Amino acid sequence: MKPVHWLLNNAPLVLFVVVFAIFGSLSPTFLELQNLSNILLQSSAMAIVATGMTFVLLTAGVDLSVGSVMFVAVAVAGKMIFQGSPLWVAFLAAIGVGVVAGAINAVFIIRLRIVAFIVTLAMLFVGRGFGLWLTNTRAMNMPEAVTQLGAAKLWGLPLPVIVFAVICLAAHLVLTRTPFGRQVYAVGQDADAARKAGLNVTGVLFAVYAIAGLCAAVSGLVSLTQTGAVSPSFGQQKEFNAIAAAVLGGVSLFGGRGSVLPGAVLGAVLIQTVENGLVILNANPYSYPLVTSAIIFVAVAIDSLRSRLLARLNRRRIYVDPGAAVE
Amino acid sequence: MPTDNKQPTTNNELLSFSGITKSFFGVAVLKDVSFIVPAGHTLGLVGENGAGKSTLMNILGGNLTPDDGQMSLGGEPHAPAAPKEATCAGVAFIHQELNLFPNLSIAENLFLAAFPRLGQKVVRGSPFVVCGSTDTTRVHQRTTNDEQRAVSRGLPWIDRRTLRSRTTELLRQVGLDHPPDTPVERLSAGERQLVEIAKALSIEPRLIILDEPTTSLTSRETEHLFALLNRLRERGIAMIYISHALNDVLRLCDSIVVLRDGAVVGQGPRAEWTVDRMITLMVGREMEQLFPHRPRSNLSPPSESTAAQVSASGAGSSDTLLEVAGVTQPGIVADISFGLRAGEVLGISGLMGSGRTELARILFGLDPLSRGSIHLAGRPIERLSPRERVAAGLAFLTESRRDEGLCLDASIADNLSLVSLPGHASGPAGWLNQGTMNASVQSARRAVTLNASARDLQPVKTLSGGNQQKVVLAKWLLNEPRVFILDEPTRGIDVGAKHEVYSLINQLVGRGAGVLMISSEIEELIGMCGRILVMNRGRIRDEIHLHQFDRERILKAALHDGHLAATAANPEAAR
Repeated sequence: MKPVHWLLNNAPLVLFVVVFAIFGSLSPTFLELQNLSNILLQSSAMAIVATGMTFVLLTAGVDLSVGSVMFVAVAVAGKMIFQGSPLWVAFLAAIGVGVVAGAINAVFIIRLRIVAFIVTLAMLFVGRGFGLWLTNTRAMNMPEAVTQLGAAKLWGLPLPVIVFAVICLAAHLVLTRTPFGRQVYAVGQDADAARKAGLNVTGVLFAVYAIAGLCAAVSGLVSLTQTGAVSPSFGQQKEFNAIAAAVLGGVSLFGGRGSVLPGAVLGAVLIQTVENGLVILNANPYSYPLVTSAIIFVAVAIDSLRSRLLARLNRRRIYVDPGAAVE
Repeated sequence: MPTDNKQPTTNNELLSFSGITKSFFGVAVLKDVSFIVPAGHTLGLVGENGAGKSTLMNILGGNLTPDDGQMSLGGEPHAPAAPKEATCAGVAFIHQELNLFPNLSIAENLFLAAFPRLGQKVVRGSPFVVCGSTDTTRVHQRTTNDEQRAVSRGLPWIDRRTLRSRTTELLRQVGLDHPPDTPVERLSAGERQLVEIAKALSIEPRLIILDEPTTSLTSRETEHLFALLNRLRERGIAMIYISHALNDVLRLCDSIVVLRDGAVVGQGPRAEWTVDRMITLMVGREMEQLFPHRPRSNLSPPSESTAAQVSASGAGSSDTLLEVAGVTQPGIVADISFGLRAGEVLGISGLMGSGRTELARILFGLDPLSRGSIHLAGRPIERLSPRERVAAGLAFLTESRRDEGLCLDASIADNLSLVSLPGHASGPAGWLNQGTMNASVQSARRAVTLNASARDLQPVKTLSGGNQQKVVLAKWLLNEPRVFILDEPTRGIDVGAKHEVYSLINQLVGRGAGVLMISSEIEELIGMCGRILVMNRGRIRDEIHLHQFDRERILKAALHDGHLAATAANPEAAR
């Protein structure tokens, strides 16, 4: 493979190494083990949402509602915990809420054939409104049992990191090793051709939105155990972080290309790494979004460059020059 | 007779069509088609664009159901309601445009709908027939021994080892030497074609339909493909081979069926056929009284520049409006040169995929060109954007008016004024002058005699195909262009609307415009044009003047391979 191709296909990894090298050379604390594990801990919630988002993006769709779904899910869980439900029941209920929200998105997109962008944008507002109504727009502080979960360790690893690892690994295996996963890629490449090939396209689409809802709920719960409170702005704008992480990790917005591992996970960790590094360097807090967005811009520019290049390589030829070699 | 196909027909008959009839919207596309495909034979199916080949194959493949008539396959009635059922019956369909997913690996493309799974129990042979449990009886019927049935579906987990070994085996059969994990996007067009055939083989087919399999292949890839097809024939797999490459059909097929206007007009074993006989049978339709009269300049080839005669309207002149010289875009079109005069309708004929549409897009500036020049009324335009070309007096009616030519949800008035909007804007803010705009919308509507019941604010999508096409034409009229490029201007519209479109074209050239008319319908070109260029594989193979118009000659230039076309381009040598 030519170096240009390699660079285009591995842009996220290259960016990651560059960012690491820059921060590492500027500050020795950055590379300490404690800080690195902090980065992982801080990126768990975002990586989990980004994982769900990856499924949707792979089918050339989008889910703008994940932030609101996170909010509704933890609002329901919080309510139940206050009313005395056991933690695990409340958590399962929250996950159920996430799946149902994703399923509602899917029904509107598949049955009524409304664009995913619009359906999930509506769900963004509906979910936020519903959550505010549930919580009376007041913050709920969780009992200590919840935050203890966030600080708990299993085999020496923080619980959120374990959840993060399990979800991402499971998603990775589903996408790469199951018939469903490979069909997700086919649907994203060309839904029409997938239908002709005999695939259950509506089933695949339904599943990816349900998975996005599920991941949003789990991410909300992870975040809840870390912050210990359900505030009215819980999960706000997380949909954009999730999309940014996935795209940064090389998931194409045009569908059919990308992965959870390294892909979206790398993207989520990269965003967190940048923020962490800027904090350590005592950078002006107002510069965070600027730096993050600059990195995302570079990643997206590379993605569209790659798509254009591929499109040119795949152009149909009408006649073949007898002497010309294959491009 | 066709109601009961149980009695064993001739021993070696695999597939039979009897009395297949199909119409779309009252237009008959297949009329009482009957023929048989013997087991293990390769049957060539030829005919012009629109002769009904694709429709017939779509019926066989389960994409369409016939209005009347029966098919039988291996002695069993064959009436697939969905592509999957045809697949289960052992019919594999390789479409002209490949249905591969470039982002997936070869192995994944082969087994996408039926991955081998861990824990899947199989009774002998492969478990990979796409049929669900309800169809197993059908599979059971068709294979005498070596049953292929998945007894249990297994876990939702791909059995990668089986996937690889099965793929390797199929790739070996088609002679493709790539690891199963290779992404399809790394393969050349010819290799992708082989993957399609491997996919067909994965269902253990009894019959493979190949629709124009060689259009994007190099000659070496074509040779490789033919060797493979011959091997498959030796294995007893029957094939229906559809192609416009008539020499290939002669070489490859055991027997040949010619379709014209939806009916079988000739069939027989290979020995009875020559390329010329096929062409003679493919053509030979009476010209209908479809084309409104217009005096056409009758140009004789040697003295082109002097012979441009003034047409009856008096607007014609010998001025060359559009001068195209040496236009080349590697892989798309090569060395295209011609001139289009005021008052002339110049036809471009050629098969689908011959580069006609691509040439039109290049002329209009939608696609790049690497060499050559385009002059519009003496002014070079090859570096201009499409918008600037419109301003310079070029108009382009696209092949698919639904996708490109019209905003379907917008009103008639909005669509009409789209092209000429800037002309009605005035002042620094560019406010639109509604008054003058409405006036010109009305005059354009009158010019195209749009259906009187249609209101200006009615969405265009509610109009019939013919009226939609008239809106597209009228839209461009508002801008008073000098040169019109019309790509398939009458595709899919009824005869009455066609007549009106033809009249409109006559009005345009009567007013001194030049029209470049691209069409698959040869009659239409013969009826309308003063000169016809024939394209084949990205080049102009022949130029035919009014007094020489001849369907056979056009078809020959469009169909024949390169070396034959070279003789056809030289008319004296060809006849």
